[in-house]
Amino acid sequence: MDKSLSAAQAHYLKTRSRHRHLVLVGQILLFFLFVGIWEFTAYTGILNDFIFSSPSRMVSCFLKMIGDLSIFTHIGITLAETVGSFFLVMACGILAAMLLWLFPTLAELLEPYLVMLNSLPKSALAPVLIVWLGNNVKTIVVAAVSVAVFGSVMTLHTGFKQVDPDKIRLIYTLGGSKKDVLFKVLVPSSVPLIINNMKVNIGLCLVGVIIGEFLAADKGLGYLIIYGSQVFKMDIVMMSIVILCILSMGFYQLISLLEKHA
Amino acid sequence: MEPVLEFINVCFSYHSPDGETPALSDINFSVMPGEFIAIVGPSGCGKTTLLSLISGLLEPEAGEIRLFGKSRGTSETNIGYMLQKDHLFEWRTIYDNVLLGPEIHHSLNQEAKAQADSMLNTYGLSAFKHSPPSALSGGMRQRAALIRTLALEPDILLLDEPFSALDYQTRLEVGDDIGGILRREGKTAVLVTHDLAEAITLADRIIILSHRPARIRKILPLHFSEAFDTPLKRRSAPCFSEYFDEIWKELKSNG
Repeated sequence: MDKSLSAAQAHYLKTRSRHRHLVLVGQILLFFLFVGIWEFTAYTGILNDFIFSSPSRMVSCFLKMIGDLSIFTHIGITLAETVGSFFLVMACGILAAMLLWLFPTLAELLEPYLVMLNSLPKSALAPVLIVWLGNNVKTIVVAAVSVAVFGSVMTLHTGFKQVDPDKIRLIYTLGGSKKDVLFKVLVPSSVPLIINNMKVNIGLCLVGVIIGEFLAADKGLGYLIIYGSQVFKMDIVMMSIVILCILSMGFYQLISLLEKHA
Repeated sequence: MEPVLEFINVCFSYHSPDGETPALSDINFSVMPGEFIAIVGPSGCGKTTLLSLISGLLEPEAGEIRLFGKSRGTSETNIGYMLQKDHLFEWRTIYDNVLLGPEIHHSLNQEAKAQADSMLNTYGLSAFKHSPPSALSGGMRQRAALIRTLALEPDILLLDEPFSALDYQTRLEVGDDIGGILRREGKTAVLVTHDLAEAITLADRIIILSHRPARIRKILPLHFSEAFDTPLKRRSAPCFSEYFDEIWKELKSNG
């Protein structure tokens, strides 16, 4: 730290860090307050813990499933499906956006269809996918990809089109081709956009995977939720939802980490 | 001597669904080797279009552009183009920005690197070789952009208001600076500008264009005595204001 800080600057820094601590402490308190009230109301019978479950019931359910290792299979499957479909979405999204930029006529041709596919509720496709692809992982991954990929293509293509035309002109004045424009201007200047799009897509992939697992799985967190609600074991359902919360948070943090190092 | 660049009856129009906008009509002029030409005219008169035609970004609708006596399409002439802003890429270091041209031409060899190194040295940027463009001042950025353009060793240099994005003081300095560099390297240059003083301080000849569709109103040769012949000194030469008045009158008189 610089020793020659003025009193005002020191005061500013102090207020700032105090504010940060306050927010952090508040966030942690909020969590414990929520868990505490839930547990208390369930314990005293204000909430029916058979329907609403409770933190302690969720923990004991979790420990039991750790005991027979089944929870790891379910989390692992959901994780693998989400990560797999995420990479597929990003690869297809970037590739398709590049193609649409390289061939503007193609983009014009496909525009109404992309808009339609993007706004179509993808859960409507899930039963069709089961019939076409079967009751398996393929259906789940395709469902997840279908949720995210059309929006991704459109967002990235729009981003490519908004790149400063003078930067593109510069490449042409240096004797470059369309390929040079793509790899020396569009892709590097779109890195922040691509990372933002990743944040959206990882969430959408998780949505797609859960929809898929609701309908076509015998493993995974989505399956656990459906199964638990059918046999009225709300502990399993609530626990799976909490695990999903933690997973989606983890994914988001991972991409934020990537953003800092990009 | 053979002219480096010739315009022969060149016409050009822009087309849009709302109609046709003629930009240039019947343009004729030629540029000799080592000459510095400035093109002035009212804003929106088609000055940039003229440069786009020379560089081949646009094709003339009628007439012909010749480079070293050959028609534009068949000529191998190397043309450098400096845009209004420096457009240095923030995701590249200054060094990698300067080498963008050779990289695109797949001629990124030791020779190109050595030449870039020596130019960065000569023009006082070697300390910033590995810095991002944002670390440089406006004037330094413009110098880096010039080195990027010169790295391809162009036979003709096109300058599209390259100083207009700079503040006034930097603009005078960079104008002097870059004018000096181009004279030293003996480059043939075509400068487009709306700043009459800038045109007079830098050019050997000034081409004055009319309102759209642009025609050549006048080609004005400039002569300064030895004592005044640098861009900054020209400003205090007695004939500076005479030239200024002459161009001003020419631009004002309609028709």
